[in-house]
Amino acid sequence: MSQSLANMAYLGAAILFILSLGGLSNPETSRRGNLFGMLGMALAVLATILGPRVTPDGVGWIVMALVIGGGIGLFAAKVVKMTQMPELVALMHSLVGLAACLVGFASYVDTSIQYQGAEKIIHEVEIYIGILIGAVTFSGSLIAFGKLNGKIDGKPLLLPARHWLNLGALLVVIWFGRSFVQAASVGDGMVPLIIMTVIALLFGIHMVMAIGGADMPVVVSMLNSYSGWAAAATGFMLSNDLLIVTGALVGSSGAILSYIMCNAMNRNFISVIAGGFGSGGGAAPAKSGAAAEPQGEAVPVSAAETAEMLREAKSVVIVPGYGMAVAQAQHTVFEITRTLRAKGVNVRFAIHPVAGRMPGHMNVLLAEAKVPYDIVLEMDEINEDFPDTDVAIVIGANDIVNPAAQDDPTSPIAGMPVLEVWKAHTSIVMKRSMASGYAGVDNPLFYKDNNRMLFGDAKKMLDEVLVALKA
Amino acid sequence: MPTEPNPANPSSSAPRASQLIGVPKETFPGEKRVATVPEVVAKLVKLGFSVAVESGAGDAASLSDDAYRAEGAVVVASAAELWATADIVFKVRPPNAEEVAMVRPGQTLVGFIWPAQNPDLMDQLAAAKATVLAIDALPRTLSRAQKMDALTSMAGVSGYRAVVEAANAFGRFFNGQITAAGKVPPAKVFIAGAGVAGLAAIGAAASLGAIVRANDTRAEVADQVVSLGGEFVKVDYEEEGSGGGGYAKVMSEGFQKAQREMYAQQAREVDIIITTALIPGKPAPKLITAEMVQSMKPGSVIVDMAAEQGGNCELTVPGQAVVAHGVTIVGYTDLASRMARQSSTLYGTNLFRLSEELCKTKDGVINVNMEDDAIRGLTVIKDGEVTWPAPPIKQAPPPPPKAAAAVAEKKVGHGHGSTGPLPAKTLAIIFAVAAVAFWFIGAYAPAAFLGHFTVFVLACFIGYMVVWNVTPALHTPLMSVTNAISSIIAIGALVQISPPLLGVVSAADGRPDGLIRGMAFVALVLTAINMFGGFAVTRRMLDMFRK
Repeated sequence: MSQSLANMAYLGAAILFILSLGGLSNPETSRRGNLFGMLGMALAVLATILGPRVTPDGVGWIVMALVIGGGIGLFAAKVVKMTQMPELVALMHSLVGLAACLVGFASYVDTSIQYQGAEKIIHEVEIYIGILIGAVTFSGSLIAFGKLNGKIDGKPLLLPARHWLNLGALLVVIWFGRSFVQAASVGDGMVPLIIMTVIALLFGIHMVMAIGGADMPVVVSMLNSYSGWAAAATGFMLSNDLLIVTGALVGSSGAILSYIMCNAMNRNFISVIAGGFGSGGGAAPAKSGAAAEPQGEAVPVSAAETAEMLREAKSVVIVPGYGMAVAQAQHTVFEITRTLRAKGVNVRFAIHPVAGRMPGHMNVLLAEAKVPYDIVLEMDEINEDFPDTDVAIVIGANDIVNPAAQDDPTSPIAGMPVLEVWKAHTSIVMKRSMASGYAGVDNPLFYKDNNRMLFGDAKKMLDEVLVALKA
Repeated sequence: MPTEPNPANPSSSAPRASQLIGVPKETFPGEKRVATVPEVVAKLVKLGFSVAVESGAGDAASLSDDAYRAEGAVVVASAAELWATADIVFKVRPPNAEEVAMVRPGQTLVGFIWPAQNPDLMDQLAAAKATVLAIDALPRTLSRAQKMDALTSMAGVSGYRAVVEAANAFGRFFNGQITAAGKVPPAKVFIAGAGVAGLAAIGAAASLGAIVRANDTRAEVADQVVSLGGEFVKVDYEEEGSGGGGYAKVMSEGFQKAQREMYAQQAREVDIIITTALIPGKPAPKLITAEMVQSMKPGSVIVDMAAEQGGNCELTVPGQAVVAHGVTIVGYTDLASRMARQSSTLYGTNLFRLSEELCKTKDGVINVNMEDDAIRGLTVIKDGEVTWPAPPIKQAPPPPPKAAAAVAEKKVGHGHGSTGPLPAKTLAIIFAVAAVAFWFIGAYAPAAFLGHFTVFVLACFIGYMVVWNVTPALHTPLMSVTNAISSIIAIGALVQISPPLLGVVSAADGRPDGLIRGMAFVALVLTAINMFGGFAVTRRMLDMFRK
């Protein structure tokens, strides 16, 4: 296959990727979108292997690598639980980051490609930036994986003067970049390159460590964006337009997704990246203003009483949160939904845009439990229906139903759009304890007159509710 | 509100403290409904409006003038006075010739208009320089618009009433009973068309104890039928009948034949048939033929809810109940009006919800915001200018691109319109920074780099455009698929594993082949995990999304 033919195949692949992303924006076309993605990838890989830049003696290696990697990937995709999806995605991002680093290093030590003058500088800058982004993606994604997995504490880790640390790291990276570009030989350049890589890895760790667990959806999608930029940088390095196009597609779509997420939380993108949500700014006003302290007493109920309330309701809205995912309660939730709907109760789901630990996390879980997606509504669609709702059940969610976001301007989550469950005739909050959510903010909802608390593990409690309902 | 001064009526052009909503008595013969009820008047007053009701407007719906007065409405003696003073007029039926003559420039008229069926009326209203909101033109697919959907609320009332009319004409119990006086079998009811009216009829008939069967060309309503206690009867033929906007479409010949057979069989078996089948803009489909009527048991009842559009039964006489072959065929066209109190309350609430949307400031002055999809849809005339039909609400994914570059250009232009107004200062700064950056790159970078850079920038825009409209439900699959796609970095590893060196550099030059190959190999394994795993997991997720 000639280079021109390969380039045309690349163009086809790029179009398929665009169609793939476009298809994924709508449930009707999403499956086809995924198929387009696969086709594009197969086309790109085949065109490269058959193209002029791969000789036949490399094919054996390539097949071996694809078989090993593909086997692991398919296995992982098969066994992963839907609740672990965010972790898997984060882990996969780290692989792309690491691969970008390796390709960058390999490209640097490859002396078969010679550049002169400005081209040489640009090429080396591309390598430098490619490895930089790759390394940040790699270490950042690993930390995100750890946080999502619970292996690393979700609380933001805030080093003193962290902004200065980051700035210092950036300056050092630029300084080494200068000496890297000026290096006479490959050996000379390797030292600044490795130093930079280490700094980038540390920076990635530091960056994600400083971000609280509640902001993880944004982080995961941001890292997704980074892995795209890393691919684009690699494309520049290797003068490969397909890599550039695809990398830019993934990069910009990831960035937009993070932006949409931030908007949903009414948070500034920069402040999410800068980290430290809920601990720095949140503590001071909580202490100073006594009015911000919730008044009253939380009223606990039993599972049987909950079932009683549900049975008498005409309209029920279920607000799932991360607690439902942790407890794996989505199937029981759907059983309850089905039982109630069979009795003629209008049951709907209200999904907050940042519920869970990943964008769309709740939708995926509910889809797994086979909840039909036309009763799963977005926040804006359902918020005004709460006054006509008899019972709103909050399953393992906290900050997204916190009235303080609207009522208390000193609250750290002030201004964040929330689901107005307190406007329902009765709201029931299922929680393990009175502990505050990821944002570390107390929730006045728990103390409202029309709110009831159902304490315990979500799965266990819901099972009891279901038994009581069926009785 | 009109912006130009209006000599005939200067007060309507100047900003006023609050606008007057006028509710005249309906003029259509036999129409008992009224466009607002006392409870709703109180809510409208809370929104800041003043409300005037024509004396006797609610009489037919058992709503007295005093009840309106008690909630803060002013009762005016004549329709002429009402039309002359009201800024906004709420009606149920389209205005008749006399009423159209009373429409003033700048007045806003809200009600059922049926612009497609009433072109003359549209011309007259446009000539009168009014603003007309046709509640029947509401985009029904918007979930936000459901609270204003008067077609749905009226259909619900009609469906219920259809069962009541059937029960009235039917000489037996609906529910089965075993009594000392003998065994009574339950009535069998077949409902053709499970739209809102059909579903309401299913619910009403089932709760009276009948055995209810229903059919619809849209297979997805089967669950809804079952949920209301009905049994869904399938047509033995594969075809999907959703025609967009929640309506059914015209079906193929083969399907219609199978459907006729099914109807013929149902006609022989059941006691009561209620038909609700409508296709927008077309005469109602003839589902029940004269032979089918003949095959029904004597004493059976057909309620034809599509009578106004010609009827689903061949023997229907619109507006009347007739007996043919021993079967009573009810073709009333005023089912909702027969429950005037209920339907007026629902309709009034629909209009109140609309008023809320029109008056977000709650100061009693409406703003017909044409940027709002729902309001745009139902505004059929704006200040004398016909704005019907509204452009379809964009929901579909972008059309397939022919080539990447072409799409990029088109989409960039589109994007400036849809991103919304950025503050001019911010925009200027962004443009300035971009200009400096582009100048810098253009001045120093080599030509080869520029080509790549162009591609890069355009691709960023495509990514942005393509993803901007994604539904939140699909965020996770989207992320997972972009993650899989980012394993395109495999290409980088592929070209490094074994490139054709062709003596470009000799081995003596010290190209560390083994090292490069090793690194590329590891990179390829890593990306392969991502590639296969990413697509597989996305697929698994998407397979779970279902309706």
